[in-house]
Amino acid sequence: MNGVRQEADASDAQRPEFERELIDSGVIGDIERPLSLAERVLNNETFQRFVILFVLVAVWEGYARWLNNSLLFPSFTETVQTFGHDLRNGVLINRTITSLRTLAIGYACGLVLATLFTTFAVASNIGTRILSTFTAMFNPLPAIALLPLALIWFGLGTPSLVFVIIHSVLWAVALNTLIGFRSVPETLRMSGRNVGLKGARYVGLILIPAAFPSILAGLKIGWAFAWRTLVAAELVFGVSARSGGIGWYIFEARNDLDTPTVFSGLLTVILIGLVVESVIFRAIENRTVNLWGMQR
Amino acid sequence: MTSALLEVNGVTLQYKTPRHLVTATYRVDFSVYQGDRYVILGPSGCGKSTLLKAVGGFMAPVEGTIRIRGHEVRAPGPDRMMVFQEFEQLMPWKTVFQNVLFPMKVTRKFSRTEAVARANAAIEKVKLSEFRDIFPHMLSGGMKMRVAIARAMALEPDILLMDEPFAALDALTRRTMQQELLALWDQLRFTVLFVTHSIEEAILVGSRILVLSPHPGRVRAELDADGFNFGNIDRSEFGAMSKRIHTLLFDDDAKRPAERVSA
Repeated sequence: MNGVRQEADASDAQRPEFERELIDSGVIGDIERPLSLAERVLNNETFQRFVILFVLVAVWEGYARWLNNSLLFPSFTETVQTFGHDLRNGVLINRTITSLRTLAIGYACGLVLATLFTTFAVASNIGTRILSTFTAMFNPLPAIALLPLALIWFGLGTPSLVFVIIHSVLWAVALNTLIGFRSVPETLRMSGRNVGLKGARYVGLILIPAAFPSILAGLKIGWAFAWRTLVAAELVFGVSARSGGIGWYIFEARNDLDTPTVFSGLLTVILIGLVVESVIFRAIENRTVNLWGMQR
Repeated sequence: MTSALLEVNGVTLQYKTPRHLVTATYRVDFSVYQGDRYVILGPSGCGKSTLLKAVGGFMAPVEGTIRIRGHEVRAPGPDRMMVFQEFEQLMPWKTVFQNVLFPMKVTRKFSRTEAVARANAAIEKVKLSEFRDIFPHMLSGGMKMRVAIARAMALEPDILLMDEPFAALDALTRRTMQQELLALWDQLRFTVLFVTHSIEEAILVGSRILVLSPHPGRVRAELDADGFNFGNIDRSEFGAMSKRIHTLLFDDDAKRPAERVSA
């Protein structure tokens, strides 16, 4: 120890203090430079996604042509042709609209119920217990498992579908909203109460925006559950009233052993999922949580 | 003598943790007058933040009363604006300007045009005009604290309650913020109740210092610190004051293990 100490002292003595003028840093050139077009395109997420999709389609097309059996595995071109054909004659659009209408009703009802539940849960301790117990019970229960029961209670038709969609939306949204509310920092709550906010205004002006990342995550999960459940439910009991949905379109085609149409139905389901996820929800995120720096 | 703006009489504060009932302060008395820079100083765990929360109306005393302009404090209110230590006090979904405007908007204390003008003026005063339309996540810690101060002052509360506002900042920024707070006070002469655990900060920022004893917080002394500022920080009187407070806080240390106080 002592030896080290002495050495340190000795080296200190050899190092005089100094102050100096700053050297000119201008000579190293631009501190920032804009990226070239090629660099920006390659870094673009949309571009990268398109490349992935392109490769996928190429593999699909190649395999289907090699297999040459459109009953088992139709090619991409065949699927797109059927898709285009059914789009033009309006079948696909009608089916999609029927599905989306049912979905919208179910989703909206689910959100209203979720709002009621979470309001109750936030307002009182017993409410929190009720909600967390219900969520723990019903969240793992696949909505489609309730379909037979729904058919007994509400019969063949939209009400049964709406029932199962509500079930798939409600718990996901309510649970996420409650978690979001709970994780609002105490300081933020206090600064809200400090200016005299109470009750609904406090929830609306402080809790909801502060919990928005979590609420939005709930809405996304709820949407995905609802869409899956709906397509699956339509496959099970098919037509409701006069017009069936997209699930019925797939089911019908399967009965006719018309595999390209089955594929075009699946393609529609995927496309709608993509649009909602990466157009609608992405736009909401960019305008809210991303802009606010609450999520990256 | 004019009557006090804030009167705290025999206030005992207790709160419950899952396992214990903790007495934070015991029979604390003090009065804050208009224009005071009143500092509550004490070691960690002396209940000074709890005391500030009670003045803010976030918790009720077990005994004693807290009165502001003669009215007993029962709930939080915009007449006592709080500035917290944590940066999360700003609303991340609002820009700097919207954050400063928000309390004036919800309390409707000022008309819309007046509120906008006041918000702009407050942002100008804390030198953030350039960052008016930026969201808080893009600001540094010191800037966030400035926004919080601007937001509280724009509302023109009876008293500004500051809970260790500069504790989470780095030492250099803290120094700048202390100077800026004093400069603002020179212009506006607001009343501020300031909680800190730093003896130096207490002497620099405060005009009166209330020294609290360690757990549970009891009043040890009330000192006048009006003459001290950045101009005489290196004078011997400053050092003597600092030593005096240190003695007040730790004179019975020989009997008990020291509680840490950063100077």
